[in-house]
Amino acid sequence: MNWWQSKKRDEDLERELRSDLELEEEEQREGGVSADEAPHAALRAFGNPTLVREQTLAVWSWNSLESLARDLRFSLRTLWRSPGFTVIAVVVMALGIGANVALFTVVRGVLLKPLPFHDPDRLVMLYEAGLHEDGTPSFNPVSGGMYAEWKEQNRSYSSLALAKEIRVGLSGSGGQLPEKLNSALISWDLLRTLGVQPALGRDFAPSDDNPAANGTVLLSWGLWKRRFGGDPGILNTAIDLDAMRYTVIGVMPQWFDFPDPSTQLWTPVYHDKPEETMTSYSNHLFRVVGRLKPGVSASQGAADMKLISRRIHNAHLDNPFVFRSANSRPLLDHIVGDFKKPLYVLLEATSCLLLIACLNVANLLVARAEARRNELAIRTALGGGWLRLMRERMIECLVLSAGGGAVGLLLAFAVLAWLTHTRHDLSRVESIHIDGAVDAFTVGVIVMCALFSGLIGAFSTSDKRILSALHEGSRSVAGASSRAMLRKVLLTVEVGLTVILLIGAGLLLKSYERLRSADMGCITQNVITMHLGIPDARYSTPASRANFYDTLLQRVRALRGVDAAGFASVVPGQGQATDWAVTVLEHPPLPPGNGMSVLGRWADSKYFGAMGIPIVEGRTFDASKRLGAANEVVISESFRKRYFPGEDPLDKHLRVRGRDAVIVGIVGDTRYEIGEAPEPVQYLPLAAGVETVGTLVIRSSHDPEQFALPVQRIVSEMDPDLPVSDILTMNQLLGKSTLDQSFNTTLLVAFATLSLILAVVGLFGVMSYVAAQRTNEIGIRIALGAKREHVMRKMLLDGMWPAVVGLLVGLAASLEAGRLMRDLLYEIKPLDPEVFAAVAATLLAAAVFACIVPAWRASRLDPMQALRAE
Amino acid sequence: MAKQTQRAGLLQGTLDMLILRTLLYGPAHGHQIGKHIQRTTNEFLQMQHGSLYPALHRLERKGWVVSKWETAPDGNREFKYYRLTEKGRKQLLAEESHWKKMAEAVARVMWPAAEES
Repeated sequence: MNWWQSKKRDEDLERELRSDLELEEEEQREGGVSADEAPHAALRAFGNPTLVREQTLAVWSWNSLESLARDLRFSLRTLWRSPGFTVIAVVVMALGIGANVALFTVVRGVLLKPLPFHDPDRLVMLYEAGLHEDGTPSFNPVSGGMYAEWKEQNRSYSSLALAKEIRVGLSGSGGQLPEKLNSALISWDLLRTLGVQPALGRDFAPSDDNPAANGTVLLSWGLWKRRFGGDPGILNTAIDLDAMRYTVIGVMPQWFDFPDPSTQLWTPVYHDKPEETMTSYSNHLFRVVGRLKPGVSASQGAADMKLISRRIHNAHLDNPFVFRSANSRPLLDHIVGDFKKPLYVLLEATSCLLLIACLNVANLLVARAEARRNELAIRTALGGGWLRLMRERMIECLVLSAGGGAVGLLLAFAVLAWLTHTRHDLSRVESIHIDGAVDAFTVGVIVMCALFSGLIGAFSTSDKRILSALHEGSRSVAGASSRAMLRKVLLTVEVGLTVILLIGAGLLLKSYERLRSADMGCITQNVITMHLGIPDARYSTPASRANFYDTLLQRVRALRGVDAAGFASVVPGQGQATDWAVTVLEHPPLPPGNGMSVLGRWADSKYFGAMGIPIVEGRTFDASKRLGAANEVVISESFRKRYFPGEDPLDKHLRVRGRDAVIVGIVGDTRYEIGEAPEPVQYLPLAAGVETVGTLVIRSSHDPEQFALPVQRIVSEMDPDLPVSDILTMNQLLGKSTLDQSFNTTLLVAFATLSLILAVVGLFGVMSYVAAQRTNEIGIRIALGAKREHVMRKMLLDGMWPAVVGLLVGLAASLEAGRLMRDLLYEIKPLDPEVFAAVAATLLAAAVFACIVPAWRASRLDPMQALRAE
Repeated sequence: MAKQTQRAGLLQGTLDMLILRTLLYGPAHGHQIGKHIQRTTNEFLQMQHGSLYPALHRLERKGWVVSKWETAPDGNREFKYYRLTEKGRKQLLAEESHWKKMAEAVARVMWPAAEES
């Protein structure tokens, strides 16, 4: 029905009723009623004209949206009249909905959306496995030799491709500085395997991917835009990478970020890597992507690889580093594996938050229904149907949660913008955006919230109670307490959920603190690190390399304010990086098929001093022994513990990296990654002139960051084409590797704080309400001589019990929640008593804080005033 | 008070029949219809406007009556007059026979002796 039609009908009906009413009035007068009385008598006989009108109109519009629209207008009006309530409810809902929508968007973008490749379900990541047969599935990088065997012998994959992340130096050109870039070595068929085409130019061909070919490179869209101004003329021109010529053959699409979001260049692996690396079975370097043939299942494919690996292993029993098995998992799992668990934990936390928000709004609604009891009662008495009133309240809830949802969506937008800005490391961060599915999710959440909070509110008042409200008048003591009961139960649930969130946050916080305070085994304050690498092409002899680092370190140490400086291929906190096979010459040979593989680093003689790694026994390298004569090795404490139990390792000999070296010193343990236990490490002298890439460390007692510029100047004076990158203090370097933990912790702490505030506000509200309801009773008690302290204690205890019960329930539930988070914790148990105690104390303190003001107010009551008030 | 206790609750649908039957005498406006039913039943059926007007509009919606604003015979006022349609007449017949059967059935149960004699 159109509104103008309905308007006409309304006017028509009003006229009809008026004329009939006038007639009735006339008849009443004729019947002997006085002129003054007649209108009233007519009304009495006629009934309530407004109600008649409503009911008659309802005949015309019983299934139409019109009545809905009317209810909507009505609820908007009522909400408008109580802005305080409305704002609070909308804000609470917005926080809950916003957090959920944002996190759902992330989860959807990162975990649920299929990868943007052709037929992504058929793509798997393959790994070597089973060097140590301890049963747990291991996901190790694959050696070039094994890859070649897999590729040739398998019958399960339509294609297999290689990828390896590396860093290369892009030479300065056209006035631009040289820079260090994340790059990927890939086999020529990687893009074909993924089903991706360059946006510009051509893909690699088999002829590009061999040592004899000319160098070719694909650029990322971002690099092309930034460094080359998005000029299509870049195609077929040459750029220098690590002092080698590469022809640009194409530019990848903007969204393409395999194998890593920071990858900026792709070069063919067989061209770049020496043949011995590509045919080795023991140098495990690569990621292997496979596309399953149609009809072949993932497990069939993996079984095929396992068989081949076992065969190769058996054929090379003399080489202890040939893995004996293989593993596979979906490509998506490989890419998002690290983020899955934390994201789901955070999603659960936000659901908790949403539930708390709903409970809070339900609580407010119950309170509001109490305040509106008289209005509702009168409306019921005038013929307002129960269903009608119910519907009105549901619509009110819907309006509230829709408002909350709208604000929440804005909130989610802001949060996502911030997130994508700060978390570049998050895989697939580019696929996070609000789309139709997220909108549908938002609408679903809004409706759910409205139903949930609305129904709880609605069930708190039945029509019978509404009718009795008028009888009860304002002297209601017993009735009110039973309604307060419902609110207390809601509060108990809310407190329970809050406790779970608090405990989760507490566990992460403590774990994060442990993590940050973990002893790295070296100095982390006042140390700055810089990444540096000299290209093989220009520094081809050991002497040139050793000289470069000698000169560099000499000049850096000469800078004013530098306390110490050193150089190592890998410093603590940079990951496992490389490990080297090693044998102890003095030990009997290991049984065939067994070997030692230990983390290996190149370091200069003053590196240990600069990093504060203690020399436990013996000495550091002899700086005068250079190049071929540098035949010394330093091992770490845990190296000694593991491989020289009960013997003195000094002056024993190691065969490592093709040279026999004598152990001259034992240094303290360091951690290759924060949060991981120290592993054995062996150090070889940088002066041998083998290593080209590594990290310069500088220690200074004040502000080591000031050396960033002078050092860069020194480097560019020595070699203008050499980029210095990743200039980080040691703390920043470690902070980078704990970014994930700090992120999760921050979020969860924020959620927990929010829910604590909501719970406290809820508690305060209920307590104030209960106190107000009992003003009369308390007044009588005080008048009869009750001590004020007793009144206060009683009120306080009354308010505390939902908090205490909620706390107990929450603690019990946290046992389970903690178990869920076990993987995210570092060096603490999910049942950490300290965290549990702290949470219990915080919660009780907050509850006392929320209850004390109403209780105090109640105990200060002036009995005379209290009694007069009613 | 006494009147109120005697006020009979009309069976669902009965009011419609009474209105249609009243309109058989000719067009009438709401007030007249209400008064007529009240008077004819010796005030036993107190017409509640709360149900009369919705019923009238329901009948109009179903097409059993039509309405029109017309000047009253006394000539100085307009009333909304309802008039029975052909469809309404048929409906009245159907309801009447249904009601008759119903009344007989009820009577047979309530006063079986009277039936036998």
